[in-house]
Amino acid sequence: METGSVEEGRAEDRAAGRAAGGEPVWTALPPGLLRMRRLLLVVWLGLIAVAAGVALAMTAGPLWSACALAPVAAAAWGWVLLGRNWRSWRYAERADDLLISRGVLWHEETVVPYGRMQLVEVTSGPVERRFGLATVQLHTAAAATDATIPGLDPAEAERLRDRLTELGEARSAGL
Amino acid sequence: MTTPDDGTAAGEVLAGERAVQEPAGVTERRLHPVTPLRRAWAPVTVLAGWAVHDPDQTQRQLTRLTTTTLLLGLAALVLAAALYGFLSWWFTHYAVTGAELRIRTGLLFRRTAHIRLERIQAVDVTRPLLARVAGVAKLKLDVIGADKKDELAFLGEAEACALRAELLARAAGFAPDTAQEVGEAPARELVRVPARVIALSLLLIGATWGSLLTAVVVPPLLWIATHSLWTVLAAAVPLLGGAVTSSAGRFLGAYDWTVSESPDGLRIDRGLLDRTHETVPPGRVQTVRIVEPLLWRRFGWVRVELDVAGSSNSVLLPVAPRHIAEAVVARVLPGVTVPRAADLARPPRRARWCAPVWWRGDGIAVTDTVFAARHGLLRRRLALVPHAKVQSVRLTRGPWHRVWRVADVHVDTGANKTVTARLRDADEAARLLRDQAERSRTGRRRARPDRWMTAEDGSGAPGRR
Repeated sequence: METGSVEEGRAEDRAAGRAAGGEPVWTALPPGLLRMRRLLLVVWLGLIAVAAGVALAMTAGPLWSACALAPVAAAAWGWVLLGRNWRSWRYAERADDLLISRGVLWHEETVVPYGRMQLVEVTSGPVERRFGLATVQLHTAAAATDATIPGLDPAEAERLRDRLTELGEARSAGL
Repeated sequence: MTTPDDGTAAGEVLAGERAVQEPAGVTERRLHPVTPLRRAWAPVTVLAGWAVHDPDQTQRQLTRLTTTTLLLGLAALVLAAALYGFLSWWFTHYAVTGAELRIRTGLLFRRTAHIRLERIQAVDVTRPLLARVAGVAKLKLDVIGADKKDELAFLGEAEACALRAELLARAAGFAPDTAQEVGEAPARELVRVPARVIALSLLLIGATWGSLLTAVVVPPLLWIATHSLWTVLAAAVPLLGGAVTSSAGRFLGAYDWTVSESPDGLRIDRGLLDRTHETVPPGRVQTVRIVEPLLWRRFGWVRVELDVAGSSNSVLLPVAPRHIAEAVVARVLPGVTVPRAADLARPPRRARWCAPVWWRGDGIAVTDTVFAARHGLLRRRLALVPHAKVQSVRLTRGPWHRVWRVADVHVDTGANKTVTARLRDADEAARLLRDQAERSRTGRRRARPDRWMTAEDGSGAPGRR
């Protein structure tokens, strides 16, 4: 298989993995993204609940402040949803293309051939950096291509970027 | 490019990057001396725009001025306009080198665009009515990534045609020293659309009647409602304008529509007052759409549209009988046969719960060379994407789709258009996703090179001229 000079054996296994079973070898996201999202959810909805509780107790009476339980319920529900959503994210590096699968209710699966990549981007916002996360985004000539892998370990993100760039060059094709 | 301030677009290489390979002594040329006249209009237009925008104010200002001031102001304006026109002409140069077209422009904000010839998607020579009188033409280039067309306006007519031929010859991979002598490739006429058919086809489109009807009905209603002349005028002028462009304008633009074939690609010649001459080099077409409006079905007419990356004009044939259209499509996408309506696979029956009645209009077919998807019940649109042009493939499934076990498959192309196979069976869609990725990978290997005359055999060009 024409994987080029890949330094990590792990990556080679993945690239060759397709040949073994026909089914691609999926990689799940590290738990960091889930931790970050859940923390943000709890912090924001917690603040809203406290603010609503206090405001209602002062103006409408203590019984009304029970409405502040609504954000708490939303937080609990969101906690479960975030978990489901996080579990649904996965990607696979095949010999010739990258597969990204995500979403439970709104499921989306994307296939991007390496030869079509115009640009690979690694971004990391301030909150993401705090949690040691990075996002890899692939751009092709079609703007509709939505190939983003969030919440990767920075080292993994860089490995993926380098590997994708290398494969993109090897299989490069015009428009 | 005409405006000096629109920055460096993605399709261009910055100056100096490839200067190494250039032979010394690239000859720079200027545009046609008529150009300043066209540029000189800019300040006058601005003033006219302001006057139209606020008529009362303008009248008051005009009465305040004496004749002398008015004349002086006018003289100053004309002088300034002439100077602006002259300077912008003086500072605009272009040159063709082995690999690039260079355009150097701008008085205050200098801009140098280097356009890679093999990246050119299409070349148009347009001659608006006034330019035809003056004997000049505009050369437009479609380049991937650039927002608007790079254009050279104006060139002498003969010069524009020669430059077009030279650009295409160089883009095709002819050696630099022979490119100039290759000349215009011979063209073979494929279709010429009769004016009667164009007129009839426009009359059979709902949009034409819709705009005409609005233009006739809305102003009287407004008059009854408001009794204000300005309101009625403000509504009637754009409506009438829209009605005229959508009927007479389209007819004039499509008049004498000729599609011909040449080694440089497809030629489209069209227009009664403004003549346009477009060339789409081979292998540039990303998507072909065959559109069949409801009222055309009786005549068996279709419209053929194409998507080329970085291009805005998309119509290949405004109206033609289906068999002719299919023959032309076979020329645009070599080796492609348009799948027959009977060959299109419909979504499963349960899809009617997702799109009642309309699900019948959907259908897909996959051949060795193209992915074809039809959509629309009344106005049918069949989109064809060559496998080699697929940028990415996506499968999407919403909650309601999940209930009925169906999914959509989107195929993205480089012209920023997406072709969607709607409401396929979930298993079929998953298979389609994998197979399409595989097909587009193998399809790409067989694709033609960007420099189309440097084909596999390497012997260069077949005889032209």
